[in-house]
Amino acid sequence: MLPVVDPPKRDPYAAPKIDPAVAARWLVGFLRDECLGRRGVENAVVGLSGGVDSAVTAYLCVHALGPRNVHLVRMPYRTSSPASLNDAQLVIDALGAVGHTVDITAAVDGYLQYEPEADARRRGNVMARTRMLVLFDQSAKRAALPIGTGNKTERLFGYFTWHADDTPPINPLGDLFKTQVWELARYLGVPPAIVDKAPSADLEANQTDEGDLGIRYARADAILSSMLLGYRDEQLHARGFDAAEVALVRRRVESTHWKRHLPTTAMLTNTAINEFYLRPVDY
Amino acid sequence: MQGNSEAGPARVALVQSKPRKGAYAENLASLRAVFAQLAALEPVPELVVLPEAALTGYFLEGAVYESARSAELFGHEISSLWRDVAGARPVEIAAGFYEVENGSYYNSAIWLALDERETRIINVHRKLFLPTYGVFDEERFLSRGNRVRVFDSPLLGPTALLICEDAWHSIVPTIAALKGARTIVVPSAAPGRGIEGDGELVSISRWRELLRGIAMEHGCFVLYAGLTGFEGGKGMTGSSRAIAPDGEILVEADAREACVVRAEFFLDDVEIARANLPLLGDLRAVLPDLLADDELPWLRGRTDAAGR
Repeated sequence: MLPVVDPPKRDPYAAPKIDPAVAARWLVGFLRDECLGRRGVENAVVGLSGGVDSAVTAYLCVHALGPRNVHLVRMPYRTSSPASLNDAQLVIDALGAVGHTVDITAAVDGYLQYEPEADARRRGNVMARTRMLVLFDQSAKRAALPIGTGNKTERLFGYFTWHADDTPPINPLGDLFKTQVWELARYLGVPPAIVDKAPSADLEANQTDEGDLGIRYARADAILSSMLLGYRDEQLHARGFDAAEVALVRRRVESTHWKRHLPTTAMLTNTAINEFYLRPVDY
Repeated sequence: MQGNSEAGPARVALVQSKPRKGAYAENLASLRAVFAQLAALEPVPELVVLPEAALTGYFLEGAVYESARSAELFGHEISSLWRDVAGARPVEIAAGFYEVENGSYYNSAIWLALDERETRIINVHRKLFLPTYGVFDEERFLSRGNRVRVFDSPLLGPTALLICEDAWHSIVPTIAALKGARTIVVPSAAPGRGIEGDGELVSISRWRELLRGIAMEHGCFVLYAGLTGFEGGKGMTGSSRAIAPDGEILVEADAREACVVRAEFFLDDVEIARANLPLLGDLRAVLPDLLADDELPWLRGRTDAAGR
């Protein structure tokens, strides 16, 4: 009898691979090039939520620009979890960057007092858009560039407030799935309290991303990474993915293409911007 | 139907054999035991690939004349072995052998398809590039083949067989892919050399890079079955492996151990790979112009009266 050599057992739900050292080096280079090179801006502003995405973004910015040039802004609302505020402070302390706290309660409530019937979703969107207002104004005040923190999973799911979380002109994490951001966070030394907690937008009490989405990030990322290569649903099923989860992921991605684009503009001339009149973003 | 996930993965076994030099009957008997082992596996492989010169050993010199057989005879012997141990269970078998036809000798590989009723010879590939340098002396004893066919494997669909050095000339797998091959199968006998490598012989690394390059450039599966064992001091490097169209090594054997290597893969990964990296389609568009270039040496004589 000859020995039998078998391939490693394939787990369809294995996390998308990442070499965090390679990714970190590349993203630091990206931040330096975009801030210092292309735009000639030495300072960055990052909205620090206490979550892993903004923490990783802050670490990368500090590696790229130095701690004194990175402004980390906490923007709590009165219902925000105190734990989030504390976790954000952990990042500020660990990095030695410049920390700021801007309470958005008065701004948010100043508007919402006229909209008392606003449900949780509307209230959350107002908070997100208020935070973006603060972030851009803080950037103007400090001659800095606001840096985006959205990851690929939430972008694909449309799990963000349009023209709020996605507005900063550059985004280092937008092509990394959530599970890859976690890997990168561990490599960069982000405090475990931040990496290991359940991700949450913290717009409502006890809210978690995975509760909102109806699927664990680890499973979603595995499905997304194959789906984006072009596998059809039946091919994903054959490879061991759960049909209900595939359907959920497909539905979320396909119903949110619009959120990953600029506003739809009616074309009326043959000089329509971004249709006929085309120039690269860095031209 | 090939290429659809609904049909399930293709199940392949690469037999990394270690034949005794020139002992054809003994090696055939050993293969019977291997076939019995494969037929008892669950699931039973649908394709079995054996290395180059699988039942004779590679370095035969003049003894190639005593060991060669016709493709029909070799196919009959191999298929009879399978029938003896596995009954009517369908299988495809690819195997390297020294072939004789009308007094000419070839380093060949056969592709057999056995179903409940019959055995068909689907293809016989005759090695195109006969290494005749250094330790190699094939051209002294053998004739060369002159084309690479793409044939229809019942399991894999359009497939090409290459033997050892055939795969080292990038134009050969390129032609196979242009002719439609979605899987390239390489029986081989590769004597190892190069101790300046990092953890393995340099020739093993070189083969791995080469085969991954074929898979990634053309978006095809590559199955490699290597002979193992020492032949008069020359150690064959085994390392049988299956490579996916994105270059992932699905499985790889050790260099020096006779073994059976199992692989399972979905053939429709080819479409995904080619859609994401459409190099083959690009090549199809540009190659005619490149080959019509009158600066190429074989065209220069036709267009340059001075014969430069």
